[in-house]
Amino acid sequence: MEIKISVNVNGKDYVREVEPRTLLVHFLRDTLRLTGTHIGCDTSSCGACTIHVDGIAVKSCTMLAVQADGSSITTIEGLAQGAELHPLQEGFKECHGLQCGFCTPGMIMTAADLLAKNPCPSESEIRHGLEGNFCRCTGYHNIVKAVQYAAEKMGNEVSA
Amino acid sequence: MEEAIEILQNGSYAKVLGGGHSLVPALKLRLNAPETLVDVTRIESLKGIAIEDGTLVIGAANTHHEIATSADVHNTLSFLAKGASAIGDVQVRNKGTIGGSIAHADPSADWPALLLAADASIVIQGADGTKTVAAQDFFTGFFSTILEESDIITQIRIPIPPEGTKSTYQKFVQPASRFAIVGCAAVKEPSGATRVAFAGVSDYAFRDEAVESASSSGASAEEAASKAAEGVSIMSDHYASEDYRKHLAKVYARRALVEVS
Ligand SMILES: Cc1cc2nc3c(=O)[nH]c(=O)nc-3n(C[C@H](O)[C@H](O)[C@H](O)COP(=O)(O)OP(=O)(O)OC[C@H]3O[C@@H](n4cnc5c(N)ncnc54)[C@H](O)[C@@H]3O)c2cc1C
Ligand code: FES
Ligand code: FES
Repeated sequence: MEIKISVNVNGKDYVREVEPRTLLVHFLRDTLRLTGTHIGCDTSSCGACTIHVDGIAVKSCTMLAVQADGSSITTIEGLAQGAELHPLQEGFKECHGLQCGFCTPGMIMTAADLLAKNPCPSESEIRHGLEGNFCRCTGYHNIVKAVQYAAEKMGNEVSA
Repeated sequence: MEEAIEILQNGSYAKVLGGGHSLVPALKLRLNAPETLVDVTRIESLKGIAIEDGTLVIGAANTHHEIATSADVHNTLSFLAKGASAIGDVQVRNKGTIGGSIAHADPSADWPALLLAADASIVIQGADGTKTVAAQDFFTGFFSTILEESDIITQIRIPIPPEGTKSTYQKFVQPASRFAIVGCAAVKEPSGATRVAFAGVSDYAFRDEAVESASSSGASAEEAASKAAEGVSIMSDHYASEDYRKHLAKVYARRALVEVS
């Protein structure tokens, strides 16, 4: 039995029929073909699948698509403004915040939630805020720098 | 609410879905296979946090994040906010709910110990109406509670303690999942009366009466903590052996008691 859901993803409305057992991450990747959101584990641990549902960071592998009915969703594909990268995307690029890049979409979405709640986080607040995102490559130092870069840039934009 | 209870009762294997942060991982691992899920998080009477006549009332569908950031919780029982902010990671706190956590009754979960130390009551709506149960009587074993299949937890009610009460939650986290290897919640009222509860130590969260009575009758933190986790069966797994957990229970009890003394 399929269930009809309506969601807004990155500013676009979609009405789709889904199997109730479909995970939100599979709906995004397989139905909407938004493959920027990654799946890195089977145990809700790695955070690679992090997206925003109604403005808060969630692991889309730990949510059923039907639970998102009526929600507004932002994925990594929704962050850049046309050709202009989001300050976090720019920060990860400038500060070498990635190596293989597998964890990056999730890292950026969690960091965006952190900066929305706390625009000037300390280093330890950044590390604490990213506890739900694992990176197998970078050792995290440059990820923290990338978030600091973005915080500074976004702060400057706000005060300018 | 009526519709939810009716579906839960109607015969096919139905389960309540809260924030899904224990149930969905279990479904993915095929540890559970209900035919129907009833999402209760949009039921209005399960939302909201309020103070009513000296009682802090937390709707069962509040997320850990909502509780961690609630002014009413901070102003009355701030250790609950601290405990909530130590659960998992931000994504888990954004979805997981207090009602789901206590219904799941994971031995390493934080809410059961926090609510035992807070002397909370749990309001349950089921086929035969509504009942209120003390947290002490709610948890019955390893992942076990008194809940029946068609029961829905609607509220957690916590008496606001007298002025001058001190409380804390001290947690030793498993670094990957951030569940408690040992968590100790302690509340000390100005009269000296002390409640101490543990997460992560035994099959289910429990109040440690030996520690409580020593501390309530004036024993030092050190002395009272030395009595912790005696006479209970202690968990052992690949994170922490039985001896190590027992040692940690005493260490975390001491830290908690020092904090509230
Ligand atoms: C990576 C990760 C790390 C975590 N770390 C921690 C941690 O450090 N500490 C900790 O305490 N927890 C931790 N958790 C568990 C988390 O707190 C869960 O949110 C919680 O255990 C379950 O709450 P839920 O709302 O997600 O419930 P669900 O997963 O939806 O449901 C769990 C169970 O409760 C039942 N249920 C749900 N709501 C109700 C209700 N209102 N009435 C009756 N039954 C109900 C369901 O039927 C199910 O049996 C972690 C989880 C993950 C994925
Ligand atoms: S894929 Fe690992 S947490 Fe979602
Ligand atoms: S860059 Fe490879 S996992 Fe993070």
